[in-house]
Amino acid sequence: MILVRVQAEPLDLAPLLPEGGDTGAVVTFTGFVRGDANELGGLVSLTLDHYPAMTERALAAIAAEAERRWPILAGRVVHRVGRMLPGEAIVHVAVASSHRAAAFAAAEFLMDWLKTKAPFWKAEERAGGTTWVEARASDDLAAARWE
Amino acid sequence: MIELLYFAWVRERIGVDGEVLPLPEGVATVAALLDWLAGRSEGHATALADRGRVRVAVDQVFAQADTPVTAGAEVAIFPPVTGG
Repeated sequence: MILVRVQAEPLDLAPLLPEGGDTGAVVTFTGFVRGDANELGGLVSLTLDHYPAMTERALAAIAAEAERRWPILAGRVVHRVGRMLPGEAIVHVAVASSHRAAAFAAAEFLMDWLKTKAPFWKAEERAGGTTWVEARASDDLAAARWE
Repeated sequence: MIELLYFAWVRERIGVDGEVLPLPEGVATVAALLDWLAGRSEGHATALADRGRVRVAVDQVFAQADTPVTAGAEVAIFPPVTGG
């Protein structure tokens, strides 16, 4: 069972620990706010907007698809919303399975689909003002690999 | 009536985060709804000018141009998503 959650509070990055004796692998991915210090102006903050009524429903559908494709023993997908600073965690995905191949694949799948099929929008605050982040074609290609 | 919700720069360009409007007769698909909405104000027109950059969900499920829209629906309009 993959738990999904959207929250404004900082993410708890505690590792997913196996329950029962069948777990052979846990793969964890955490995405952080990049400071982009080398780029002119650097990043001051990142704000995640979302569509509350749809977000957890979309994440649950993505998680259900992962469970249909791989033998997942446990997992979680937690996404933060609201304003956050460089170095803070935005998203945390963990998957437990009997073998590493399924755990790696499922974690990558969850991230690829989350980035293109869940209603979140990033706005970057820099010294010059705040702008909405443009969707990237590379993310669409990454998601399409799993179609 | 139809409940409209706007997010990210679609919300900023239209100037409100949502509105409840009577669904005009003859507006039965997402494409027709966007055409009708674009004529409501300068803000709506700007937000919806490039349909290739606008995504729509009907009752919280991603929709296409030909997805049916009926009275009572919740229709969200937003840019391509950028989470993760």
